[in-house]
Amino acid sequence: MAQPTAVALGDATVGFRLADGRVYTAVEKANLSVAHGEFVAIVGPTGCGKSTLLNVAAGLLKPVSGAVRIFDKPLAGLNRDAGYLFQADALFPWKTAIDNVAIGLEIKGTPRAAALERAQKWLTSVGLGAFANRYPHMLSGGQRKRVGLAQVLIRDPKILLMDEPFGPLDAQTRQIMGNLLLELWTADRKAVLFVTHDLEEAIALADRVVIMSAGPGARIIGDWRIALPRPRDISEIRMEKDFHALHREIWGVLKDEVMKGYAQTSQAGAA
Amino acid sequence: MSRVTLLFLQVLVAVVALALWQVFATVPVFGTVLLPPFFFSNPVDVFSQIIKWFSTGVIWKHLLITLWESILAFVIGSAGGVLVGFWFARQPRVAAVFDPYVKMVNALPRVVLAPIFALWFGLGILSKVALGVTLVFFIVFFNVYQGVKEVSTTVLDNGRMLGMSERQLMRHVYWPSALSWMFSSLHTSVGFAVVGAVVGEYLGAAAGLGYLIQQAEGVFDVAGVFAGMFVLSAFVLLIDMVVTLVEKRLLVWRPAAVVRD
Repeated sequence: MAQPTAVALGDATVGFRLADGRVYTAVEKANLSVAHGEFVAIVGPTGCGKSTLLNVAAGLLKPVSGAVRIFDKPLAGLNRDAGYLFQADALFPWKTAIDNVAIGLEIKGTPRAAALERAQKWLTSVGLGAFANRYPHMLSGGQRKRVGLAQVLIRDPKILLMDEPFGPLDAQTRQIMGNLLLELWTADRKAVLFVTHDLEEAIALADRVVIMSAGPGARIIGDWRIALPRPRDISEIRMEKDFHALHREIWGVLKDEVMKGYAQTSQAGAA
Repeated sequence: MSRVTLLFLQVLVAVVALALWQVFATVPVFGTVLLPPFFFSNPVDVFSQIIKWFSTGVIWKHLLITLWESILAFVIGSAGGVLVGFWFARQPRVAAVFDPYVKMVNALPRVVLAPIFALWFGLGILSKVALGVTLVFFIVFFNVYQGVKEVSTTVLDNGRMLGMSERQLMRHVYWPSALSWMFSSLHTSVGFAVVGAVVGEYLGAAAGLGYLIQQAEGVFDVAGVFAGMFVLSAFVLLIDMVVTLVEKRLLVWRPAAVVRD
């Protein structure tokens, strides 16, 4: 492949120091690579360290051991090539929608007028052209995610990191957001690392689906190429035979891990 | 309850209370006046006193002095509270060193500082401003400190991932968050600025509402004391209305339910 690999994790182990001094290993020896322009989804049981892996790729967390390479260069500090769409609300509540989107350009030194003009265009392309002057609390959950998407994309990052971005949304809104994401991604193929607990969503969106085992010490235990044709429609692709075959195959592996993860959390709850 | 009914009932409470006061202060019940005029005066005397103050114009000077002292105390105390709160929140080591002293000074009833301020700053407005500042400062300080420390980590991470430098984080994340906490304590801090001014005046001054009340008390003019109290409450209510207006403008970005204190 001529293009350098966008994100490459080599034997990355991530741990946290707990309050009582013990070290909790969240992810163990993860190997993962995302090619330029590739859409990779990470799926795993709740609490398996999917978000941890994403934070490592973002440079927000440093692995205890192992290598993180971004476009073939070792990552030091924050990943400046990446845009990060967080699971929780991350918009600045004191800024209007348009200011939230424009801020990424303004801090780079783009004059305000020009930044606002680009921000308005981005708001329009996520379908919120008429909501520029609303504050985040006046927007619905789905609308806030749209603003978040515009906020990240206006900076034109080469890598897009997404942490269960549509998790809190209702089923219909998730499908609409998924289609919006695919539409924007098709127009300008970035490397995407998309974390979700929803296998169907992962298969519908991604080029590759990576499965993680239950934590602690979660590992990557499977890697499937999703050869479904593009362009895809999230709601229709779920009806197709190939989709079902893939789903059955991957779910066979994922199910055991989900059960393990569930057993562990319920034990921890009992203890 | 409709607005009209509510207003009617609210006015009714005042009317009944004043009427009872007037009756018990003037009409003997079984030979004794329940509210002796010497200690309780009566509404008619109190209100004629208030009207006299306003018609002769003497009250304006005192109101202006108290207002001015409150404003100065509020501005200086808030500015200090914001700066120090910010500094402490960003420099945990400094905060840790000063922590016991901050707690000590805050635990001190501020009234005991009044004599020392009177000695240092004289009987003019400065000693009252100083007293108000010590009250306002801590409210704003604790709020800003908390506000900066409790900035959502997601919002902070988002700022970092969008490429903000520490200075830009300061301007776009910490600062607005700290200010929003300060504004949410606006009613309390403005109220304390007035308390500082009035208590200071009461303990030694040549003008102001507190001075007016203290003077009346000095000559056993109970009507004057009550009149001073009524003017003071009206004054505080007016200031509070202004604060509400300001707050509505400054915190437009907040969901209505959060604006509470």
